[in-house]
Amino acid sequence: MTKESDLKALMAASLEGDSNAHRSLLTALSGHLRSYYKNKLARAGRTAEEAEDLVQEALIVIHTQRHTYDPEQPLTPWVYAIARYKLIDHLRRTRSTTADVPLENAEYMLASNDNAAAESQLDLAKLFERLPERMRLSLQYVKLDGLSVTEAADRSGMSPSAVKVNIHRGLKILTALIARETKA
Amino acid sequence: MKTNELISMLSSQVDPVDTREVVRNVRIAILVGAAASLLAVVFVLGVRTDLNEMHAQVFLVAKLAFSLSVVILASHYLVKYIRPGGEFRVRFALTVLPFLAVMILAAISLATAPRSHWETMVFGSYWLECLIAIPTVAVVPFAAIMSAVRLAAPTDLVRTGALAGLVAGGVSATAYALHCMDDLLPFIALWYGGTIVLCTVAGAVLGPKLLRW
Repeated sequence: MTKESDLKALMAASLEGDSNAHRSLLTALSGHLRSYYKNKLARAGRTAEEAEDLVQEALIVIHTQRHTYDPEQPLTPWVYAIARYKLIDHLRRTRSTTADVPLENAEYMLASNDNAAAESQLDLAKLFERLPERMRLSLQYVKLDGLSVTEAADRSGMSPSAVKVNIHRGLKILTALIARETKA
Repeated sequence: MKTNELISMLSSQVDPVDTREVVRNVRIAILVGAAASLLAVVFVLGVRTDLNEMHAQVFLVAKLAFSLSVVILASHYLVKYIRPGGEFRVRFALTVLPFLAVMILAAISLATAPRSHWETMVFGSYWLECLIAIPTVAVVPFAAIMSAVRLAAPTDLVRTGALAGLVAGGVSATAYALHCMDDLLPFIALWYGGTIVLCTVAGAVLGPKLLRW
């Protein structure tokens, strides 16, 4: 159950730099986005398999463009506008009619929540290979293997602050790579 | 890739962000564009020489009232349009008010003047200069504003581009008014209003190309 007010509170905390709130927010939104995209893609006569790509693409935008949210406004229409923009962009890119995407009220978007995640067509391992080694290792240890920054620093021989910087930069590069990949 | 892996990656090292920055950027861009337009008009075209005369001052104020109200209204809407979903929050119908006002005043002044004067009232002496100068001077503010808007993520690129063009055209017309010697209302309505509309259309056309994300 994620209502507008809960999501908005999570967003407020995440804008302050709260990682846990950011994670909860993205997790909650991924469910809503999934049901939104499955629904819309089905109506546009497309397969639901494209939905997970779009969910991830929208999550990346929500993450990288979070500074464009106006905290005085409700969150749902902002998320919905991003989701819809990415959907239309996707349908246009994959040469299909956009006439079937109806303009409708934002409330519908949060009416359902589909938490059954699938895998997208993005191959994370391949994208990882394109990162410089130190960034790749830092991300691998901390993000995928679940080590703490200190443990990752010990294992890789980097200082903890270097690991943090590498994670930070690596994430930026990786989100850019993912964004480019989903566009191609 | 699994979506929860992506979420883990995105939610590590989350930096605090400033949500007012996008609006601030656009405001700064408008000011920078305005300064560039002013410099272009002052140093390239030159300020009109009769500004010590009362009638010149009155007409200058009238022109500025028109062009500045365009700038103020349009930039008010622009800063709302730059955020995702901004187009669902506000409609910018009010931006036509300055145009409507100047057209009504122009119509009244034409109606009260003899027919033989109409051509001079509409075309003045420098209509061609006005037609070329306002869109040309608008290029720099337009470029500045669009690059600031690109840092946000507008979802209605046509209207956001149009508003950016409208602001740029208004800024340019404001600066050009310092140079322009044609003072009659029908002239202002057609050539100032028309060229600002031209800038708006150009913005609407360029918006989807320049603002895609």
